Amino acid sequence: MLNIIWFVLLAVGIIYALLNGNIDAVTAAVFSSAGNAVKLSIELAGVLCLWMGLFKLAERSGIINIIAKIIAPVAGWLFPSVPRDDPAFFAIVMNLAANLLGLGNAATPFGLKAMERLQKLNTDPSAASAPMITFLALNTACITFIPTLVISLRTASGSANPTSIIGATVVATTCGTIFAIVFDRLMRHHYFR
Amino acid sequence: MLNYISMLAVPLILLLIPLYALIKKVPLYETFVDGAAEGWTTALKIMPFLVGMLVAIAVFRSSGAFAALAGMLSPLCKALGIPVDVLPIALMRPLSGSGSLALTAEVFEQYGPDSFTGMLASVMQGSTDTTFYILAVYFGSVGIKKYRYAPAVGLAADAVSFISAVIVCRILYA
Repeated sequence: MLNIIWFVLLAVGIIYALLNGNIDAVTAAVFSSAGNAVKLSIELAGVLCLWMGLFKLAERSGIINIIAKIIAPVAGWLFPSVPRDDPAFFAIVMNLAANLLGLGNAATPFGLKAMERLQKLNTDPSAASAPMITFLALNTACITFIPTLVISLRTASGSANPTSIIGATVVATTCGTIFAIVFDRLMRHHYFR
Repeated sequence: MLNYISMLAVPLILLLIPLYALIKKVPLYETFVDGAAEGWTTALKIMPFLVGMLVAIAVFRSSGAFAALAGMLSPLCKALGIPVDVLPIALMRPLSGSGSLALTAEVFEQYGPDSFTGMLASVMQGSTDTTFYILAVYFGSVGIKKYRYAPAVGLAADAVSFISAVIVCRILYA
C-alpha cells in the first residue's frame, strides 16, 4: 500500500508540474527536502539518546515492571498476544503519555523502543504484526489532551485565549482514538482469521 | 492547570526515573550512557525512510498538485458547511506535521486564531498525528516492509477525528 502511495505522490506531482511548467520548483523542493530529512533525523538523534538512556535506567531499576502491572488489564485487552510483563508495555505507556501531554519529541523515542520490543515477538520480521498495528493505530489517532504546538502557535498569533481549544480537541481526538481501536479490532479479526 | 502538567512532565520524569534507579542501586551514569548509545543508531536507521517520505511529499506539494486537489474537493466542503480554508489542513495533516502547521498559521493570519475557522483549524491540527511520518519511521526502524492494514486504520482514524472536529466546533463555537 505504501509503495502505491509513494509512487502516486511522486508521479502525480511530477506530471502536474510538467503540465503547468512548474518543474523548477519541484527540482528545488526535492533537494531541499532530502536535506531537511537528514537534518531532522540528526536533530532527533539527540532526543533519542536522551530518552533511550532514561529508558535503560527505567528498565534496570524495575520501574518498567511496576508500570506493566498497573496497566496489565487494559494492555492485556488491547495487546492479547504480548506477554503481560514485556518491556514493550512500558515504552507504549510512555509513548502514549507523551502524546497525551503534547510532548512530541519524547513520544518518538519511546514509540521506536516499543516497536523494537514488538519486533522481537514478531513471527514474520518483514511484515507488521497485529500488536504493532494496534500500537500504530493508537499513535496516529494520537489521543491528545494538550496540543502544545497548536497552543504555542495560537499564542504567537495573538489569540485572546490560546487554550480554549483544549476541550474540543479532547473530544475530537477521543472519537478518533475509539474509532481506531474498534476499526483495528475488526481488521485484525478479518486479516488474521 | 493542564498546561502546567505538560510543562512539568519532562523535568519530573528526568528527576523520578534516576531517583528510583539510585534507590535501587543501579549505576546511574553508566546505565544512562549505555542506553543513550542506541539513540544514534536509531536515528541513522530512520534517516532513509524520512528522506523517501519527505521528498515524495515535497514533490506533491511544490508541483501545485496538492493545491489543485484541495481546490477540486472544495465544492464538497461547501456543501457540508465546512470552511473551505481548513480543507488543505485536513489533507496535509497525515502527510506532514510542519506542512499542516504552516497552513494553520496561514488560516490564523487570514481569519485570526479565535474565529470559527481558526478554532476549527486548531482542533484539526491538534487532534491527530502525522500518520505517514509515524508509519515510515516506526516501521522503518525495525525493517518492516509489509504494512498490512496499518495505513487503512491510521487514515480512517484521521478522517473520523476531522469529522468529529467539525461537529464539535459547530456545537461549541458556531
